Amino acid sequence: MLEIKGLTGGYGDKKIVKDVSFTVNKGSILGILGPNGSGKSTLMKLISGVLPAAGGEVRIDGVSIVDFPPKELARKMAVLPQLHAHAFAHTVRETVSLGRYPHQGGWFSSWSEKDEQAVMEAMRLMDISHYEKTQIDRMSGGEQQRVFVAQALAQDAGILLLDEPTNHLDINHQKELLDTIKKQAIEKDLTIVSIFHDINLASMYCDQLLLLDEGSVVRIGEPHEVVREQDIESVYNTRVSNHPHPELPKPQITLLPGVERAAASIRIRAEEFEINDGMVLYQSPIPLKTVSSAVVNAGSGWFRNFMNRHVDSFYNINDSVKEMSEFIEQSGLKTTDTVGMMTAVQTQDAIVKEYEGPFGSVVIAVTAGVGNGVDVSKAVERTLRVGTINTWILVNGILSDEAFIQAMITATEAKTKALQQEQIKDPLTGTIATGTSTDSCLVAATQQGEHLPYAGPITELGKLIGVGVFECTIEALKLYQMAKAKSI
Amino acid sequence: MFSMNKNLLAYSVSLLILAGAVLLGVTVGTVSISPVVLWNPSSDEAAANILWNIRMPRVILAGLVGAALAIAGAAFQGLLKNPLADPYTLGVSSGASVGAVMTLFFGISIPFLGPFTLPVMSMIGALLTMLAVMSFAKLVDRSMKMETVILTGIIFSSFLGSIISLMIALTGEELRQIIGWLLGSVSMRGWPYVRMALPFVLIGSFVLWLKRRELNAMLFGEERAQHLGVDVRKSKMTILIGGSILTGAAVSVSGTIGFVGLVVPHMTRLLWGSDHRHVLPLSFINGAALLIICDLVSRTIISPTELPIGVITAFIGAPVFAFIFFRQRKGGA
Repeated sequence: MLEIKGLTGGYGDKKIVKDVSFTVNKGSILGILGPNGSGKSTLMKLISGVLPAAGGEVRIDGVSIVDFPPKELARKMAVLPQLHAHAFAHTVRETVSLGRYPHQGGWFSSWSEKDEQAVMEAMRLMDISHYEKTQIDRMSGGEQQRVFVAQALAQDAGILLLDEPTNHLDINHQKELLDTIKKQAIEKDLTIVSIFHDINLASMYCDQLLLLDEGSVVRIGEPHEVVREQDIESVYNTRVSNHPHPELPKPQITLLPGVERAAASIRIRAEEFEINDGMVLYQSPIPLKTVSSAVVNAGSGWFRNFMNRHVDSFYNINDSVKEMSEFIEQSGLKTTDTVGMMTAVQTQDAIVKEYEGPFGSVVIAVTAGVGNGVDVSKAVERTLRVGTINTWILVNGILSDEAFIQAMITATEAKTKALQQEQIKDPLTGTIATGTSTDSCLVAATQQGEHLPYAGPITELGKLIGVGVFECTIEALKLYQMAKAKSI
Repeated sequence: MFSMNKNLLAYSVSLLILAGAVLLGVTVGTVSISPVVLWNPSSDEAAANILWNIRMPRVILAGLVGAALAIAGAAFQGLLKNPLADPYTLGVSSGASVGAVMTLFFGISIPFLGPFTLPVMSMIGALLTMLAVMSFAKLVDRSMKMETVILTGIIFSSFLGSIISLMIALTGEELRQIIGWLLGSVSMRGWPYVRMALPFVLIGSFVLWLKRRELNAMLFGEERAQHLGVDVRKSKMTILIGGSILTGAAVSVSGTIGFVGLVVPHMTRLLWGSDHRHVLPLSFINGAALLIICDLVSRTIISPTELPIGVITAFIGAPVFAFIFFRQRKGGA
């Protein structure tokens, strides 16, 4: 266990680190974050004892580090400093072997079997065994970094202090290295303190984070307590946005650039929609921020092309995503740029309308067919059939995350109301349908113009969506029924 | 284990060269002597007399001086992470000279030291100079860049040189003797000088050898060495004292001979790697061999006139210095 109590110090009279206290338990990793010049490296030097503290103390398992002789301290604590240039050539093997220095003593003592094993193990962990005889000055920065991590691991100490261990590494080696270190922490019960430049990496791998600014602790705690937009923004003096990690309960931040090439200002118009018997297609000159339940590129993202493709009602392909992607490519569009939906409805019967409000406008596009209407409250297992009511809401405005979700809710409510109005029934239960079995919805916004933080039913935006989706759905249903009547 | 074969080869080759150098050193000269005389003195009494009383002490002295300067150079280079450091370029040799010249000039004789007064005074001169050069270089540039240290060495060297010149100017009749000694030579010294230098060369080398692992760690910087558990202050002081003992011992018996401490460790590292556990002993052996050969060349090349040995070492050393400097700068280190 490593305890830091009221640690203060710096160079000369200048106190760079002020009254820093924290404790790191065995088996856990503490990450130190902070902008350039915040005192991270100085704090490391104070902890390692290279720089004598002006105040406070560092204790290892209850004993102050000043009470350890140098070699004994090195057996307790290994340090990975930032990379420096070297005047002399060394092989990887020689460099890693130096990590065993604190374990060797006496005038003539030689290399033991244990030393040998520790070195081999460290080289294996860092995946540098095959470089054993290579001169380190001929290796890339990333490879050298791994050599020095191996040196620190060979030291076989219970505490590991790392100063930006992922410096010079590509993302694969960053991950490999931090995975290894984390694994070591867990398996060998190591206590690890590491400086990080990358907030996201720190958040993913650390159990605790410490945010340092001008030598003082701004915040310390679990990653979600420290990686908060307001704190990061004020300490780093930069705009960021906070998102959850897709797989882990750890926060991640995204930089928001201060300068961007001004996007062409655009307005989505109903007339720009291409409607024929094969598909409904809208191509935007700029990517739109999109959330959808489409077949291709569902979820959220930025896309330029929006396709609602007609397939016949017997369409039954195992890998519909692959088939749809191929179709998109065949149409001369890029899958990476296109959201693709399918419908069995005649696409020339699509209703596309623009609704204007005080903030801007919304374009609603609906294709509807209710061959398999479902009353969701009485839903039982049914065989899936090709979907039917596809609703698009394209907004000329800037939507917040909440607004995207509220827009979907509002649209769904309006759709359900339209089905009720038209007395569409679930053929199995005979009750009023609330939708069909494979309905899709898409909300996209230009993210230009006015800020629209909410899209609930009584907001300006919500009202347009409600009315628009309701009207368009009813019209589309009427066309569907007419077409059905004609075909009979 | 560490490639045993390579090390075995390194030591075998180095010792063979040394043996060859000694053999050439004692047999070649104005009077050519058959090596047989070595183990059978009675075959040629006159030759045996020259061999054992003139050539052998000279060769051994050259060997001791070369070994001392080379191992000290290797240690200074490791300590300062500076491939251009050696007793000569750091100004330590000049410091030792001042100590020696002062002893001669003032006729100092410390009672219990007796004949060892000269080397001990040299050592003190060397150590004080080394400390002064390092403190000054550190004041100028905290990171102690290669050029800063060497430049500081040159400044101190010039200053100390002027002190020596002043003392020589004041001595008058002893002038010739001191100048001859200053230029660096191992001729006409005999066994007493060997006895004077030997213990210090052995002690100094042993002290440095004890710090071989610390030197390895310090090559990565003092801070890194401290992380690895090296007691940096203590090790640094020990290495400085060891190096000063060696420089003082060498200078007191042979004057200032430049570049041996630069060339030998450089060649040794180039051939056998930079692990100090081997760089130190190999530099010792190779330094001995090199200086024996240089001495041989200095007394045979324009025979019967003898060149000062420093001329030969500088002739080899200066270009090597230039080469290392060039490579370091171009290498961006």
